[in-house]
Amino acid sequence: MAAALTLLAIIPGQVWAQALRPYEIVGDAIPQSLTGARGDPTRGRAIVVDRQKGLCLLCHTGPFPEQRFQGNLAPDLAGVGTRWSDGQLRLKIVDSRRLNPATIMPPYYTLDGLARVGRNWQDKPVLSAEQVEDVVAFLTTLTETP
Amino acid sequence: MRRALTGVVLAAGFGGALGLCISLALAQSPPSEHKSGFEFISPESQATQQDDFSNPGMLWVAEGEALWSAQAGASGRSCAGCHGDAAVSMKGVAARYPVYFAESGQPIDLQSRINVCRKVNQKAAPFPLESRELLALSAFIGKQSRGMPITTGEDKRLEPFRARGQELYEQRQGQLNFSCANCHDDNWGKRLASSVIPQSHPTGYPLYRLEWQSMGSLQRRLRNCMVGVRAEPYPYGSQEYVELELFLMTRAKGMPLETPAVRP
Repeated sequence: MAAALTLLAIIPGQVWAQALRPYEIVGDAIPQSLTGARGDPTRGRAIVVDRQKGLCLLCHTGPFPEQRFQGNLAPDLAGVGTRWSDGQLRLKIVDSRRLNPATIMPPYYTLDGLARVGRNWQDKPVLSAEQVEDVVAFLTTLTETP
Repeated sequence: MRRALTGVVLAAGFGGALGLCISLALAQSPPSEHKSGFEFISPESQATQQDDFSNPGMLWVAEGEALWSAQAGASGRSCAGCHGDAAVSMKGVAARYPVYFAESGQPIDLQSRINVCRKVNQKAAPFPLESRELLALSAFIGKQSRGMPITTGEDKRLEPFRARGQELYEQRQGQLNFSCANCHDDNWGKRLASSVIPQSHPTGYPLYRLEWQSMGSLQRRLRNCMVGVRAEPYPYGSQEYVELELFLMTRAKGMPLETPAVRP
C-alpha cells in the first residue's frame, strides 16, 4: 500500500492514465462499452450541447432546434445513428486519429500524443468513460434524415 | 457620438456572442487569397473601425501621442526629443516589425523595442507588457503606418526565426489537439459556433476587441486561442510569440496595416 502511494506521488500523471479504461479496437470500431454498461441518452444529449463539456456544437450542426450558433466545420450530426454503429461512434469519440490522422476531431478519451496541454487539463481526458458512453447512447438515437 | 455609441453597442451585442466561442486552433496550405480580418466582421464593426471618432482604439492612439511628447526617466527625454515628428520618423516603422535586433541576435517586436528605447535612451523603467501605456504608444506608432503595405521579413537574418514561427503555427497542441493552421488556414470562412473563422493576418494590432472591451496585442490574441484549445499559453514576452508574429506578418506582406483595428 505504502509502495503504491509512493508510486502515485512520484508519477501523479499516471493516476488518470491508470484510471482510463482499457479498450480494444476491432477494425474501425470499439465494439465493447468502455464501462461495460450502456450509457444514458438523456445525459448524453446534455453533454453534446454543453459547450464546455462535449464542445460538439462548436464544430458540428445537429438536430438541436433550441441551440443557437452551431458550427459548420464538421459533418451534421442529424442521422449519425444510421450512418455509424455504436462501436464506430465510440472509436470516433475516443480517438478519431486512429481512423484519420489528419482529423480535427479532438481525441476525447486518450492522453496520448498531445503537446503542451494546459495545466488545468493535464492527465485528464476530455470526457470520462461514463460520459463517452452517454454520448454514444445519445448519438445512436439520431436516426433522422439530415 | 450617438452614432458612434450605437455602432459600438450593436457590434458589442454581436461580438459578445462571438466572444463566447474561443477560437480553436494541421497545416496544408496557406490561404491563396489573403483576406484581412476586417472582411469577416459585421458592417457595424467595419464602420466603427473606419470612423476615427467612433473607433475606440483612437483613445489609445491619443494617449500614445501624449506619451510620445512626455519626458520620461532620468534622461528627462521624450520620444519626440530624439525622434521628432512621429508622422515623419515613425511612418512605415510598424509595417516592418518584428525586425532583427542585432543587440540580442533575435527578432524583436514593437512593444519590446519601445521598452528598449525607454530603458537605454530615456533611462526609464520599461512599461509592463500589455499595459495601457505600452499599448497606447504601440497604437500611436502603428497608426503612423496605417494604410501602408506590410514589409516584414526582408532581413535574411530573420529566416530561421520565421521558420520556427511557422512550425509553432502548424504544431498541434492542447487537450483538444488543434494547430493554429487547422482553423485559420484549413477552415477559414466557416463557423466555429457563432464565430466566422478569419484567416490569420495580424494587420491591425494593437487592436480594440469588443470581447475584451479593450485594446490588446497580438500576444493576447494568441493566448486566447491557446486557452481555447486547452493548451498552456506562453508567458507574455515569450520568444515564441515574436516568432509567430514574425511568421504571420511575413506571410501578410503587402497587406495594408490597419492599426488601430476593431474586431469582435
